[in-house]
Formats: sequence, structure tokens, C-alpha cells
Amino acid sequence: MIVELGHFALILALAVALVQSTVPLVGAHKRWSGWMAIAEPAASVQFILIGFSFAALTYAFVTSDFSLRLVVQNSHTLKPMIYKISGVWGNHEGSLLLWVLILALFGACAAWFGGNLPPTLRARVLAVQGMIGVAFLAFLLFTSNPFLRMAVPPMNGQDLNPLLQDPGLAFHPPFLYLGYVGLSMAFSFAVAALIEGRVDAAWGRWVRPWTLAAWIFLSIGIALGSWWAYYELGWGGFWFWDPVENASFMPWLVAAALLHSAIVVEKREALKSWTILLAILAFGFSLIGTFIVRSGVLTSVHAFANDPERGIFILLILGVFMGGALTLFAFRAPAMEAKGVFAPVSRESALVANNLLLAVSAFVVFVGTLWPLVAELVFARKLSVGPPFFDLAFTPFMVALAVLLPLGSALPWKRGDLGRAAQPLAGVLALSMALGALVWTLQTGRSVLGPVGLILGAWVVFGTLADLWLRTGRGALTARLARLTRLPRADWGKTTAHAGFGVTVFAIAAVTAWQTEDIRVVQVGESFPLGKYTVQFKSVSDVAGPNYTSVMAEMVLRQGDRVIATLHPEKRSYPVAAMPTTEAAMDHGFLRDVYLVIGDQQDAGGWAVRSYIKPFINWLWIGVLMMAIGGTISLSDRRYRVAAGARRQAAAPVPAE
Amino acid sequence: MMRAIALMLALMLAVPAFAVQPDEVLTDPTLEARARALSKGLRCLVCRNESIDESNADLARDLRLLLRERLVAGDSDADAMAFIVDRYGEYVLLAPTTSGSNLLLWVAGPAMLGTGGLIAALYLRRRERSPEPVSAALSDAETRRLAEILKD
Repeated sequence: MIVELGHFALILALAVALVQSTVPLVGAHKRWSGWMAIAEPAASVQFILIGFSFAALTYAFVTSDFSLRLVVQNSHTLKPMIYKISGVWGNHEGSLLLWVLILALFGACAAWFGGNLPPTLRARVLAVQGMIGVAFLAFLLFTSNPFLRMAVPPMNGQDLNPLLQDPGLAFHPPFLYLGYVGLSMAFSFAVAALIEGRVDAAWGRWVRPWTLAAWIFLSIGIALGSWWAYYELGWGGFWFWDPVENASFMPWLVAAALLHSAIVVEKREALKSWTILLAILAFGFSLIGTFIVRSGVLTSVHAFANDPERGIFILLILGVFMGGALTLFAFRAPAMEAKGVFAPVSRESALVANNLLLAVSAFVVFVGTLWPLVAELVFARKLSVGPPFFDLAFTPFMVALAVLLPLGSALPWKRGDLGRAAQPLAGVLALSMALGALVWTLQTGRSVLGPVGLILGAWVVFGTLADLWLRTGRGALTARLARLTRLPRADWGKTTAHAGFGVTVFAIAAVTAWQTEDIRVVQVGESFPLGKYTVQFKSVSDVAGPNYTSVMAEMVLRQGDRVIATLHPEKRSYPVAAMPTTEAAMDHGFLRDVYLVIGDQQDAGGWAVRSYIKPFINWLWIGVLMMAIGGTISLSDRRYRVAAGARRQAAAPVPAE
Repeated sequence: MMRAIALMLALMLAVPAFAVQPDEVLTDPTLEARARALSKGLRCLVCRNESIDESNADLARDLRLLLRERLVAGDSDADAMAFIVDRYGEYVLLAPTTSGSNLLLWVAGPAMLGTGGLIAALYLRRRERSPEPVSAALSDAETRRLAEILKD
């Protein structure tokens, strides 16, 4: 019964979304306030209906209602409760329901907190949001209905893919979707502004928090996914340039560009049409990502529920929304005249460079991801594009970005002097170079990647800290410290996020350059050296888990005579899903992880054991987390909390951002 | 001899559990390092976007052994790769060659950077020259709204 109600609520939500996408639009055009006002209750009702529908599906999973096809395919009575719940979105239909739920949530938030928007803009934003809702609700109901019943309910389910039964992955999709779908808000604002024919500083201020929120969620989602790959897939990698990873990485890059260019619109009323274009493209990349994951045109490690019919439907959605928005853009963009005047050496120009690098790097990922498809269709060549290509073609842009970042963020708005901006950074440069040189002499004979990464990372981290310190002006130390605490949160957010970027750059270079790997056959009881440690393979035993059986090894990690950790790498077997997984055992440390994987028992006796020392690997996620935290601090800046509107900040001698 | 051992091992271990097996590792560390580096650039043919260095599949193992065999026989890196590409097609290469239409792929990024840079430079020049326009007056409704907001 509850399931039927959930299904019915979903159909109702589609009807409500249809109303929300048409009536307010007509109202805004004709200036009928009654028609415009329908948008807000419609957005709320749509959210409540989809929320109910989602709750109904969750209820079916929690109670293991095996009359529902989706539950049969993705659940099992023996599964721990958390994975019964995460099973709701661990499949195509359920994850799409989560997708539209989040879409409706963002729409409802715009309705609830958008009180300070001009009424016509708000009506149009909600209408565009409603259109996206219509498209995806129709997609859900017509091609991927989660509420289909079984004619003959089986006794038990087929279990969720064991790889997905993991806390990291249980929460990876919701964050990713919050990010993907959050970009729909930027898109709605862009299209509404194009219909409105007006983009000003206030628009920049409205669109930035939504983009920032989406970008924060995307960062966390991507980091969770990468962390999961690191400890679950069992070969210690953290990024594989897989099409599905790229699908989430492209919107992240474009959103990063967008949230920088929105600052220029907000502060200087320049780059307007470019920012609109980015907002459209950011959501476009989200849709392309959805298409890549769901259609199965590009095979990948973790694409699920591949179905050409669904692929065509998403392609249609992509075509209609991108085609429509870009046509509108072509007609209206020339009218968006820029106001701010600035010199080639200025903060504005630095942000243009930032946008250029981020946009081109996203483009490189895009071309690389789709090239196998293009090559096969157009040139009849069957080929692969993998990590070696991306490492070579993508990395230079990030290096350039890291080189420019401290310089650019030190430049003032309007007109700057490169010499004067660079002067305080000379010390930072010297320090970074000295660190790099020191490490280069210490590591003797290894590649320059490590030291170069260190120089870049240190340059970004110390450069951004120096920039924050310079914001406190001149005077006594105490006065400057006092001023430091009173700086706008936007400054703190910027510093944290930029430093996070530096930490990430360093961590990637460090772990790539300095990791130690060891593969060997080890007898039970035997010890082997691993870097400065020794590992003793103490014993192997069979262990039974709730819904799996496991071969578990006990290994003791020692440094000298001191026991550092006892680790238990496992090989699990999930009988219901008939799938083995490896569970690597890790000793996490601030400076390094020790990573142990156990393989097969060898016929000649002993077990295959693979071990790694991964230096600075955790700094990678710390860096990404810092970026997300920086974004959150920036989001809590006063100017977004107070009724943002036509209000401009009084021109301070040093602008806040 | 090497080949016979390799074949024997491949048959014995029907279901390898993880990527590079201890018995595959060459005794010469320089050769092994070369093999590892090269195998990171070769695709496992039956997998979804994994290199043979990461893959558990039997076919990936065969390729790893084949590659090592070529290196032990004294092939240069380029020769060994060419040997494998001749047999399995360019699909095995994770970094596509720069030949023919693939040139487009490799040039795409730099070309886009060049074009974008040019457009940006022109834009910056225009922004520098154009006079600062007088800010458009606010409409009545906006003035009221502004006053309202400024109150708090």
C-alpha cells in the first residue's frame, strides 16, 4: 500500500512540476503576480511529494519487501541495516529517484530562501527548475520506474553489489548528486537571467552561493569516491581517469571556474556573458556525466544499469536543455554589456586566466573521455584513452594554475602592478625553492616529480598564507593579528581552499613519486622488510561475516623491535552475489600509509602478498577536505547571510575577495 | 625456457586474485621496473578501462608475461610495445598514438588554450579601453527595495 502511494506521489509530482514550469513563466511575462506566486507552493509541494515517494521506497528496502522488483535485485534480508538503506540509491532507479529528490530540494530552497529575489526572476528561476524536474520525473516514470512489482515475489533478494557495501560508497552518491543537481540552480539562474535580459552584480551574488554549495558537495563526493577506490579496490590507486570519474570531475572543474567568474560579475560587473555560458555548461557537464554513467556508451569500472533506451532519453534531455539554453544565449548574450573597466594586469585578468585554465582542462578531460567514441564512429578506429594520456595532457594546466594562483590572488582589482604584487611573494618563492632543493638532495636519484610537487605545493600554500597576512595592512604585530581575526570570512575561506589546493598538488606528486611497492610470496610465520619496517605474516584464518565469508590474515608491522600495528588484510567472498572482494588492511599515518593486500595461496606453499608504503596519501584527502571547508567558510560570509540584493559593499581600500 | 615456465604458471593459476603475481616478477630489477612502467600503459582487453598492471584477468596476465618475455629477449621499450600493438591492435594502448586523426585529440587542449587565450587577450584589451559607463539608474521599484534592504 505504501509503495503504491509512493508511486502515486511521484506521478502527482510530475503534474505539479508541469504546472511549476509553465504557469509562473507566463505570469512573469505578463506581470501577473498571482500566476508568478504559484511557483513557490508548487516547488514546496513537489519536494514533499517526491520526499514521500523516496520514503516509501526506503520503507520497502528496510522491510525487505520482495514484491518490489528493485528490492529483489538489490537487497537481501541478511544485509546490515545501513546497506539496506544505502541500497535504495545503490542502483539506477533508486539513485535517479534520489536525483529528482535533491533537484526538488534545491528548487524548494530557492522558493523558501529566495525572498529577496525580484519576483519575476524568482518565478522564472523556479519555472526553469520545474522544467528540469519534468524532464527527469518523466525519465524516471517512463524508463526507470522504481516501483515495479514482481508477479511472484521470491523468498529472498539477490543482494547489493558487494563492492558497494561499504561506508565510503554508501554516502558517495548522495554527495555527488547534491553537487550535480546543485548546478541545476546555476543553470536556472542563468536561463532566467537570459529571459529577463539582465545580469548585474546582484545576480552574481545570488548565483554564487548555489554554485559554491554544489561545488562543495561535488568535492566531498569525488573525495569519498576516490578514498573508496583507494581502500576498497585493493591496488592502492586513488584516481583512474575512468569515464565515470571524469563525469564528476568535469562539472567540478567548470563549477570551480564559475564560482571564480561569478566573483568578477559580483564585484566588477564584467565577464557577464562568459559567466552565464559557464553556468549553462556546468549543468551541461552534469547532464553529460549522467549520460555517460547511465547509458553505458563508455564502459567503465562502475557504470551501472546500462541501457541504450535510457541513454537516448538522457541525450534528448541534454539536447533540449543545452540546445534551448545556448540558443537563448546566442540571442541575448550580446545585450549583456560589461561595465567594469580594468587593466591587463589586475585581479580581473588573473581570474580570466584562472577561468581559461580551468575551462580548457575540463575540455581536455571531455575530449579525452569521448575520444574513443568519436574515433570509432567517425574514423573507424578502435582505441583507448587512459591515464597516460590524461596525466600528460591535463597536468600542465594544473601546474600553470598552481604557478599563477598566489600571484593572481595578490593582485588588486582594476589595475595592478606585477612587481609590487610579486615583491612580498619573493620570500615565499625562495622558501619553496629551498624546500624543493633540500628534498631533491635527500632523495638522491629519484625523479624530479617529488621535489617539483613540493615546490608547487609550498608556493601555493605559503603564497596564499602570505596573501592573507598582507590583508591585515601595516602596523604593529598585535594590531595586525587583531585585524586578522576580523577579516571577512570570504578571505578565510579563500585562504583555506587555496591552501587545500596546494596540499592536494603536493600529495599527488609525493605519493606518485615516492611510493614503495613490494610483491612477494610469504610463508606463514615469515617476515619480510618493507622500507624501514618489517612485516611478519603471523597467521591465516577463516572468518564468517554477516553476509560473507572471509580469509583473514594477521600481519604484524614492526619498526625495529617496536610493534606499530597488527593488520588484518582479507579476501571476502559474498555467496549471494557470487563475487569475491579484497579488503586491504591499512595502517594510516600522518606522513604515510602502510597498505597490505593478501592474494592467493600458492601451490608451492605461502601466500601472495602485496604491500605498499604510500607517503602523504592522506594529505590528498585532507587537501580536498580543506577546499570543501574553505568553500563552506566562504559560503557563511556575511554578504550571503544578510539580505543580499542590490546592496553593494562600500568600496573598501582592499576588496574582500 | 622462460616461455615454457610462463605458460605452465598461466595454466596452473586459473583464477589469479590480484594484478601482478609474485611469480611474474623478473629477477632483474631494472627490467622489472621497465616492465611495470610499460604495463601501466597497456589496456587489459577484457576489462573495463583497467591497465594490465592493475587487472586480475587471465588475459592481462598473459600480456604481462608476454611483455616481460620480450624485454628479457632484449627488446627496447618501443620494440616491445610495437610487438604487442601489432598483435592486439592500437586498442591496447592507453595513451593513443599521435598518428592521423589522433593528432586532433592531442592538439585539442593546446589549441583550445591558444584560441581561448587569444579571445581573452582581445577581451582584456577592450575592457581596458572602454570608458566606465555611468551606472544605469535604478527603477522606482528597485530603489524602494534597496531602501527596504538597507534598513536592516
